[in-house]
Amino acid sequence: MRDFSSEHFLLDDGSKIAVIGGGPAGSFFTYFALDFAERIGLDISIDIYEAKDLTCSGPVGCNNCGGIVSESLIQSLATEGIVLSSNVIRRGIESYTMHLEQGSTLIETPLNEQRIAAMFRGFGPKGCEDPELGGFDNYLLELCKMKGARIVQERISEALRTADGVTLNTKNGQKARYDLVVGAVGLNTKALNLFQSICPSFVPPETTKTYISEFQMEPEVIDKYFGNSMHVFLLNLPNIKFGALIPKGSYVTLVLLGNDINMEIAGSFINSEPVRKLFPPGITLEEITPCKCFPRINVKGAKLAYDDRVVLVGDSASSKLYKNGVGAAYITGKAAANTAIFNGISAGAFRKYYQPVCTDLDRDNLIGKFIFSVTGIIQKSVLLKSALIQMVITEQGMENSKRRMSSVLWDTFTGSAAYRDIFFRCLNPLLLLSLVWNINKSMFNLIFRRNEKQQIGPALP
Amino acid sequence: MRNNKLGRLYRDGEVVINKGDEGNCLFVIQEGKVEVFDKNGDVEVKIAELGASEFFGEMGLFEKDVRSCTVRALGNAKILTIDKKNFYKTIQKDPTLAYRLLQKMSFRLRELNKKVTQN
Repeated sequence: MRDFSSEHFLLDDGSKIAVIGGGPAGSFFTYFALDFAERIGLDISIDIYEAKDLTCSGPVGCNNCGGIVSESLIQSLATEGIVLSSNVIRRGIESYTMHLEQGSTLIETPLNEQRIAAMFRGFGPKGCEDPELGGFDNYLLELCKMKGARIVQERISEALRTADGVTLNTKNGQKARYDLVVGAVGLNTKALNLFQSICPSFVPPETTKTYISEFQMEPEVIDKYFGNSMHVFLLNLPNIKFGALIPKGSYVTLVLLGNDINMEIAGSFINSEPVRKLFPPGITLEEITPCKCFPRINVKGAKLAYDDRVVLVGDSASSKLYKNGVGAAYITGKAAANTAIFNGISAGAFRKYYQPVCTDLDRDNLIGKFIFSVTGIIQKSVLLKSALIQMVITEQGMENSKRRMSSVLWDTFTGSAAYRDIFFRCLNPLLLLSLVWNINKSMFNLIFRRNEKQQIGPALP
Repeated sequence: MRNNKLGRLYRDGEVVINKGDEGNCLFVIQEGKVEVFDKNGDVEVKIAELGASEFFGEMGLFEKDVRSCTVRALGNAKILTIDKKNFYKTIQKDPTLAYRLLQKMSFRLRELNKKVTQN
């Protein structure tokens, strides 16, 4: 058995680390590795290789993401002393509005706070040119720079293992040796293939296609029609598990999650009645769409995302199913940094201290898959959807209610809590009792008031 | 204040926490300033002024006792609450999250020691 604590695999003063990819996972690794090293007086250097210019708008500087920083991540970052700057947050979200074919209802945040940040990972959609604004990824890179990291705007073409480390070659012919190489390349297949030579056992994550597009409108119009609320849709449409409209300054981002979404599926969602009626009347959505894309998301974590002197983080390793990818980047980036600084950079160290964090995410995703399959059943059932919306409307209308179903839906939509927490909360006897009661009530309503439209919940924005 | 800051908006002079209230969360200032004060009879004694990214109310996380001081907004301030339950759940998984709190509490203790010796 390999001795993973041997001095050969420990970082020392003067050790060099390369991070390939300047997204949140790479930045969180860098930020915490430099922070932990400073705490114990270890002098290391980190180069972040990011070929994209994240200060450009449109696809050039975009990292194809819905752009939500969850409640739990906001709270963790705030505790770490990382306060997101006002030019990065395009809107603070203070509520969720759930839309079903049967009607809509508002789910408010605890304490009426704006607890979720809507932002752009890059600078913003094509044509977004406000110099006062900035993107989340660039903000994190700047934090890393302030901690002492060096940003190298080059693309890596080759990674080779040598006797005393890993050598990286760039497309421009530059060559540098590193003690540790961190892969934070997201789900980019070409970039993931780079790791086959230095991490041969690595099995890349399984993915599916999603859909993201932007709608450009005046901020006042967005205030009026969308407010500070994220609009989530549980509609009975094939292949779509979840759709959301996220207001951000002068844009509203549409995110569709499901199974291999294509333009036809996206079109059926955009043209559905609950979605259309949310936009100002008479607006042609095609004309206000500056960009759209079909990015891939991680639906099954990678295997063996580490070796001696190599570790992969974020989407390249394990993520949270459908939600809170930035939160998973924070968890995996920080765990890998913790391992590298305090326990070493051998495969054994990563297996013992880093892998359990990824395994925990992967196991939680299995419960997440179950939760989304139940959501899929609800999506297809008029009765269950009527009961669900009735239950939430009742909870939101009661001052001192525990709001059990609202909190379950809140955490499912926001990705704020682990899926296993959500699952166990669903087993609460009082919640189940209330659900059964509301199913019976809805059945009565469906039979005897067939033509009556479902009541809309608290005032919508 | 624009919509692009998180937390709840407190207007100038609005009380965020009251001395004697039960405390079950930590507050992090997202934008603006707050002042921390106590009363000596009828006279207000200002203890500290805190700005963006600083936190207060940390004793409420570690003790069951009531709030030891009153905190109010100095000008408009956006303040985010960190729930005690969430905090402990997260810290259980990642103890390093407590480092900054310990660092700040250590700094505040040092400042307090200085004040005591100066008086």
